[in-house]
Amino acid sequence: MTGNLFYFLTFLTLFAAIGVVASKNPVYSVLFMILTFFALTGHYIMLNAQFLAAVNFIVYMGAIMVLFLFVIMFLNMREDTEQHKPMLSKIAAAIAGGILFVVMIAALKDVNTQLATTAVFDSQIGMVENLGKVLFRDYLLPFELASVLFLAAMAGAVMLGKREPGEQNRF
Amino acid sequence: MELSLLLIKALIILAVFGVTLLIATYSTYAERKVAAFIQDRVGPNRAGPFGLAQPLADAVKLFFKEEFVPANANKFLFIAGPSLAMLTACMSSAVIPFGGTLIIGGEAIHLQAIEVNIGILYVFGIVALGVYGIMIGGWASNNKFSLLGAIRAASQNISYELAMGMSIIALLLVTGTLSMRDIAAQQGQELFGISGLNWNIFYQPLGFLIFIVCAFAETNRVPFDLPECETELIGGYHTEYSSMGMGLYLFAEYVNIFVASAVMATLYFGGYNFPFMNQLGLPHNVVTILGTLVLFGKIFFFIFFFMWVRWTLPRFRYDQLMNLGWKILIPLSIANVIITGGAILLKQELF
Repeated sequence: MTGNLFYFLTFLTLFAAIGVVASKNPVYSVLFMILTFFALTGHYIMLNAQFLAAVNFIVYMGAIMVLFLFVIMFLNMREDTEQHKPMLSKIAAAIAGGILFVVMIAALKDVNTQLATTAVFDSQIGMVENLGKVLFRDYLLPFELASVLFLAAMAGAVMLGKREPGEQNRF
Repeated sequence: MELSLLLIKALIILAVFGVTLLIATYSTYAERKVAAFIQDRVGPNRAGPFGLAQPLADAVKLFFKEEFVPANANKFLFIAGPSLAMLTACMSSAVIPFGGTLIIGGEAIHLQAIEVNIGILYVFGIVALGVYGIMIGGWASNNKFSLLGAIRAASQNISYELAMGMSIIALLLVTGTLSMRDIAAQQGQELFGISGLNWNIFYQPLGFLIFIVCAFAETNRVPFDLPECETELIGGYHTEYSSMGMGLYLFAEYVNIFVASAVMATLYFGGYNFPFMNQLGLPHNVVTILGTLVLFGKIFFFIFFFMWVRWTLPRFRYDQLMNLGWKILIPLSIANVIITGGAILLKQELF
């Protein structure tokens, strides 16, 4: 049952991820990306990481992808108005993506899959209480540094979005 | 044993789903009756006794109208939009505890469809997902007014989700758990010697105020119904919809109102707990059934409150809506989190 669910979710993830790249219409790309995140949320739930699943759901599907869809709908890009990219950039993108793929395969080749045994594995490790303890006890400094990074990004966004003195309303 | 447990769960899930749809159906009737009462009219009174069959008549009318798809609209997404709106609306009532436990044959049965460790985040995630139905439908209509309505809906929902999330964080500081069942059960403790009155509203009045304002914005209700503002946008995101596509959008709004009312009643107003619940000396099962009835009473009050506000307050302007969300509610909710945290620390130090 669980195994079948895993294969179904994996198929859905890969199908949607390919759809993101392959669809001509950018709105379809965004919708496929939402489906990809949805399938990933399913994977998190199967790993019993409920908190990560919920956060992935709220932050990526609920906020970030809405903004993506928002921007793409506002620009109202269509297949016929999309300008063709030069051949050189297509080749460069293919090479860069291919190299990344090779690196990932190389990194995953030596992974020890026998690390977790059912006898010693704590199935409650993904629960929000345990995650909170790990984050605020063992990894407090990286966690706080990440929040400083977020603050910097937020201040940057406010700076960029702010109307300069004397600037007229552009819309 | 295993089979009967599954059967009971299936029954509870079906019951929760059915109750959600039934209450949403009769909310449409209640809305028209409340509007009529406030405006000193009679309201629907032709279909059935007191007009009680009016929702059925409306549904039949909507089903028999032509399902019209505009030229150059994206057909698949045009139909997917209202379906998605309805789907997401119906998903969130699954984690709401509609009562305590019924003890039948020594077996404790929780009156809740599914219990997840992160119940409140689940509701929050589904609410965040609700905007896709509106956005996809608005974009697929191939109409500028629909698109503008959809974009308004998206920006409004994202803006108010922030303040809503912050008000929930303050609540979580008080309760210390994310599970809806635990939050509801905690509120059954004693306050000043009265059992079942340990409601979170007494600890989080400001948080509740922020939450209810955000709930109005998230359900696109007056005074925040700008996505479907007639004077500026014709009909907003559902301009091009007719028949049941339109019906699903309107119906999803009522399901959302029900869910928002149920969440507010559970998080802040004690859920299924009522004052003196343990001092009456009644058997456990009777208290549970009474509690469920009390919870529905609270939910009906909030649904009435939604309608009351609709026929009392005028609509905001769009810039006022954004100012309220970003410049008033978000700073207030952050202050609420800080004050709550400080109060909890102070309590630990002093008592």
